[in-house]
Amino acid sequence: MKRFVTLLVLLILMPSSFLGVEPNEILDDSQLEQRARDISKNIRCMVCQNENIDDSAAELARDFRILIREMLVEGNTDQQIYDYIEDRYGEFALLKPRFNPKNWILYFSGPILIMLCLILIYRSYKNSKFEELPANDFTLEEKKRIKELISKR
Amino acid sequence: MITEIGHLSLILALLVSVLQIGVVGVGYAKNIFNWLYAGTLMAVVQFGFIGISFLSITWAFVNSDFSLTLVTNNSHTLKPLLYKISGVWGNHEGSMLLWVLVLSFFGFLLAVLQRQIPLKFKALVLFFQSAITLAFLSFILFTSNPFARLEFPPFNGYDLNPLLQDPGLAFHPPLLYLGYVGLSISFSFALAGLANGSINSAWASWVRPWTLLSWVCLTLGIALGSWWAYYELGWGGWWFWDPVENASFMPWLITTALLHSTLVLEKREQLAKWTVLLSILAFSLSLIGTFLVRSGIITSVHSFASDPTRGIYILAIMFLFTGGALVLYLLLGKKIRGGRVFSFWSRESALISNNLLLVISAMVVFIGTFWPLIIETIQGDKISVGPPYFNLTFTPFMIALSLLLPIGVSLAWKRGNIARALKSLIAPAILALVLAILILSLQTGMRMLGPVGLMLAVWVILGTLWELAGKVGIGKHPLGKSLRWLKLLPRTEYGKSMAHLGFGFTIIGIASITSWELEDIRVVRIGDVYQVGSYEFQLLDVKETGGPNYFAQVGEFEVIHDNSQVAVMLPEKRVYPVANSTTTEAAIDMGLLRDLYIVLGDFQGEDAWAVRTYIKPMVNWIWIGAFVMALGGCISLSSRLPVLQKRKPRKAS
Repeated sequence: MKRFVTLLVLLILMPSSFLGVEPNEILDDSQLEQRARDISKNIRCMVCQNENIDDSAAELARDFRILIREMLVEGNTDQQIYDYIEDRYGEFALLKPRFNPKNWILYFSGPILIMLCLILIYRSYKNSKFEELPANDFTLEEKKRIKELISKR
Repeated sequence: MITEIGHLSLILALLVSVLQIGVVGVGYAKNIFNWLYAGTLMAVVQFGFIGISFLSITWAFVNSDFSLTLVTNNSHTLKPLLYKISGVWGNHEGSMLLWVLVLSFFGFLLAVLQRQIPLKFKALVLFFQSAITLAFLSFILFTSNPFARLEFPPFNGYDLNPLLQDPGLAFHPPLLYLGYVGLSISFSFALAGLANGSINSAWASWVRPWTLLSWVCLTLGIALGSWWAYYELGWGGWWFWDPVENASFMPWLITTALLHSTLVLEKREQLAKWTVLLSILAFSLSLIGTFLVRSGIITSVHSFASDPTRGIYILAIMFLFTGGALVLYLLLGKKIRGGRVFSFWSRESALISNNLLLVISAMVVFIGTFWPLIIETIQGDKISVGPPYFNLTFTPFMIALSLLLPIGVSLAWKRGNIARALKSLIAPAILALVLAILILSLQTGMRMLGPVGLMLAVWVILGTLWELAGKVGIGKHPLGKSLRWLKLLPRTEYGKSMAHLGFGFTIIGIASITSWELEDIRVVRIGDVYQVGSYEFQLLDVKETGGPNYFAQVGEFEVIHDNSQVAVMLPEKRVYPVANSTTTEAAIDMGLLRDLYIVLGDFQGEDAWAVRTYIKPMVNWIWIGAFVMALGGCISLSSRLPVLQKRKPRKAS
């Protein structure tokens, strides 16, 4: 009994452990709810360590989730919600960095490097020092000889 | 007393490493055999001392010696034995001690194994290995002494984070460290090869087993970490693109590239310079990984030690070795001979493309991981680079890799025939396409990720099998003959195919879970029945229980599918009084085709509980794939172990 009481006290004192969206937050409109989920996955929980608000148990994340749902119900577009959050809480809140000159290196470094590689490959194909290699096929005589060798085994 | 012995051994190990560097240095310069030999033996002594030191700290943990600061902060008498031991490396000081233990262990292995390597070269490799050990030993002794005593020892310890009390996590760090640190050997080999001017096919064959071993450990370590996150963090996420995850993933990508380029170097004496560069990069990235974790410079779940002096020390070590190695590379790399020519369509070209894709993808991850830091330093802006970014920029590389893989393995060395290679792959291509169309028509909605992902997976898997079948002439020759040929294939061939199959399996898992996961969140009263997908769940009861250091509430769910009971699942919610925290222990009913995953949430009053239920299709294939990849690595590795080598001299017929 004593143990049960301790447990009860502890459970009341403990922070909520349920991760992310709680049942009472969910919108009735499943399409809006899905949009809310998708947006939430792209918003950082500001007080957590590298978590999005969709997965986070933090109080602040919950407030954000509710805010997003309220804005959706009011008829805002996804973009308007992102802009609103960025306005209030800074770019830090967006898990997907904005596509702007400051972040171009993030988005372009991969494609540019690949393009460079492709150009290099194309050039090496063009000036083809490889063609000095003997032709790909064996001559008729060689083929004959190979057949002989194989049949001997 | 034992603690003091441990501390003393660590100091002695440091002295031995200094001595070793001197002895090998002089022996190498003056070409004295005995000195070189003594130098290699010191690797054994050094490992012995560090081993004693590590054992003594483990002893302190097992016996709960709370006169040690480290034990007090990271242990508790009530903890199960396994977690007392894993507590040794569940903290900064201990994990660094484990790091040097592994470092010297690899030095020891190199010293006693691989007798085919000329002594002079081996000693030179150990010279560089010892320099790394020295740097980290001094780091431990000067900034993070694990043997520090407390003036007034408490009666009990302050526990370990309950999240970390888990078998998966007990073995995750040691495996990753084996991988990270194993790369130090390739690094030392690269430097020795540069200094010696001998980067050639023999060099590649010496270094390849070490690269393989590190790669296997990294693969398993990363998979274990991901699996741990999946069942422990409570919502079934398996990869978060967390900076610290990236820190282990980047070396993995580079090591995968390194494995393939070493192969080219070994077989064709090509890509020598590139391979050396990759060896340097791979280890540098593991140093960066260590720096990321240890300095706490990037906030993440993993940084349990945030101490700037330590960060700066590791940064210094990182710059010393990375910078030094790159300078050496620039100065001496020119001496490395260029290789033989090969035609445009050849295995060599395919492996070069593999390398480019892997390295550039690692670079994209690198930029994504560090860009927030850079922007903050330059402009003072705080930005986040999270999973949506990485998924967008990283995935194309993996798609390209899996598209190229079957074609690459079907091309011959030196000059392949692209037409013939493509022709041999018509069947897998058609099968993969048909499957994709079939799935697309079966699923609701037009999301392409699932069908395309599975198409790629099938393409990789069938392509690999087709290549193997083609190699032994299945269909062309009688089956018996083919099977005999299959038996005669070198083990490295099996290893390769296995690893590629594993890659395909992992793609299956990732594509399925990302596309077709079902999630249900609701309030459930005891006795309620609810439906998720084609499964029926009933909450039977919620009970109170407890363990050695926690209290728990356990929900009991019955799962019905097709009118028969599939499972009784028991998700838990735990309270750890000493650590003052709660965790959720999800209940998972595992299967090859799907996992059922239930999380018990908060009490909602009147016998009602918040419950999350998931159906996760094919999710286990992610880790099965990783395991099969690692198994492939092991098979390939086994051909290098003298004990396991086939001794089958050809019988004269």
